[in-house]
Amino acid sequence: MTSVRTLLEKPWIWSFVGALVVWLATIGFTGGYGAGGMVTAALSLAVFTVIVGVGQMFVITLGPGNVDLSLPANIGLASAVAMKVMGGSDSMIVVGLLAALACGAAIGAINYLLIWALRIPPIIATLSASFIIQSVDISYGRGLQIKPPPGFADFTNWQVLGIPVLAMLTVVFTIGAALALQRMIYGRSVLAIGQNIRAAWLAGVHVGRIRFLTYTLCGALGGIDGALLAGYFRGANVDIGNEYLLASIAVVVIGGTSVAGGKANVPGVWGAGLFLVLLLTMLNTFGVSAGVRLVLTGLIIVGVITAAGGEKAVR
Amino acid sequence: MLRGLLPALSLALVLIAIAWLNPRAISYFGFNLMLNLAIPIALATIAQMFVIAGNELDLSIGTFVGFVGCVTATWLRDAPLIGIVVLLGSIAVYALLGALIHLRNLPSIVVTLGMSFVWQGLAILVLPKPGGKAPDWLLSIMSFKPPYLPFPILAALIIAAIVHFGLMRTSYGVILRGSGGNAAALRRAGWSLLRTKIVLFALTGLFGVLSGMALIGITTSADANIGNGYTLLSIAGVILGGGEFVGGRVSPIGAVLGALTLALAASPLLTFMHIPPDWQVAANGAILIIVLAARVLISRRER
Repeated sequence: MTSVRTLLEKPWIWSFVGALVVWLATIGFTGGYGAGGMVTAALSLAVFTVIVGVGQMFVITLGPGNVDLSLPANIGLASAVAMKVMGGSDSMIVVGLLAALACGAAIGAINYLLIWALRIPPIIATLSASFIIQSVDISYGRGLQIKPPPGFADFTNWQVLGIPVLAMLTVVFTIGAALALQRMIYGRSVLAIGQNIRAAWLAGVHVGRIRFLTYTLCGALGGIDGALLAGYFRGANVDIGNEYLLASIAVVVIGGTSVAGGKANVPGVWGAGLFLVLLLTMLNTFGVSAGVRLVLTGLIIVGVITAAGGEKAVR
Repeated sequence: MLRGLLPALSLALVLIAIAWLNPRAISYFGFNLMLNLAIPIALATIAQMFVIAGNELDLSIGTFVGFVGCVTATWLRDAPLIGIVVLLGSIAVYALLGALIHLRNLPSIVVTLGMSFVWQGLAILVLPKPGGKAPDWLLSIMSFKPPYLPFPILAALIIAAIVHFGLMRTSYGVILRGSGGNAAALRRAGWSLLRTKIVLFALTGLFGVLSGMALIGITTSADANIGNGYTLLSIAGVILGGGEFVGGRVSPIGAVLGALTLALAASPLLTFMHIPPDWQVAANGAILIIVLAARVLISRRER
């Protein structure tokens, strides 16, 4: 009984409960038909939200006002860069992935440079940067027929026993991220900065370096996400990352990470990612119109966050 | 001292650039044309400013403006009574959100993120395809041509003056800003934080409604996605205007100036600079960065 209670006290449990409820509601509607296929599809789509969600989580944990609004533009540009470098040939896959990673990391570094040099709030800095990245992408990707190499497209769609390989790899990655957050100096520093930036600085945390690393990491994850998306959907385009602005923030917060910073939660990102994808599947299965689907999605997000409750006031 | 003038300086910077590139634009007709969309942007920025004054953020204001636009172009014209009830009801929803956020201690970013889907969905349900028509009285208000002073500038002055008086000069305005500055102190002094939050959110709703109506009065017809860009524009406007995300430090006059700067920088300046369409968005970002960089230089010199 106590173990159940400790489990219920975990902030991330609610996102998994939500995902489970939505899944059960859908298979209840279809009479059990397609239950397994739905999990497979949800896992393969949730991967992309989870990867950027983890990056966004580290950024948000840095404290109030820290958020990366340039992710959609970053994903779009990186998808184009990756596909162009790969040039449709299997032998260039690794080089293309590295190029996307480098492109994303560079964008993250530039974001922090703007924040640091101009001392502007990260929201405005990443927003301005995203405008510029968007233009670069439009003029860079114009008129290109950008298709992934067949090997890369197969890899991103590869499944073993109904479980997408990409999802397994992402689970390994998120375990690594959780370890980095809780057990490594880098992660502890991020949490310390989020709790009290001045105290962290006085305690000898390299505040500037950690923030720089975090924005670069988030950018790099956006870059790799762009490459994978282009592989999965068999082509890069400018708008490929658009939905990941809201989604990346939503999974972080639904997953139990504090928007006030200093408190992060990796498992919750997975739960929330699955929840969002399954929610969309459910509403599509019910056959509701686009307008009703949006209204219900919004109301359910507000409902979940209300039910899960905010943080207890410290004082 | 100089810091308070920064929003005005940013606007002057953009105006000088425009005057230099195309002197003929600095005229009654030119301003009417260039500041075409400044009124709805200024109203949306003021709306955003109210929530920011209470240390919250509204990520749904853009889709809300779109929703109001769709209601304005359909029900407000065909069945004014229903239209008015719906718009008042949506302000009440905003007030309720404020109460919910306060009572459950929820992060406003997430709640309004969720609401942005709701407003967008409702907008699509009200107006599935772009169209509709603005009520005639609204069209005639928005095409008003006062002597000497272009209407957008006159409207901006009036908006700034009214909100400045309400928020900066009345005693309840001080309480509202105080709820962002030091909530604990206000509570101990016996003020209801629930009420301040409700009032701030209701004001955001009210100015969101005004923004949507003004927008439709200019564009004459609506589209469910018409306001989507306003979320980020309004946040940028508040910050350009010298506002800060925490601490209840906002400036209505600055916010209106910030909105005008954004409205001018967005398209007229770029057209005059002959920037190809591909790079217009980038130029927008670059202008934002340049203005903010100028701000940093000035405030550093001050110290």
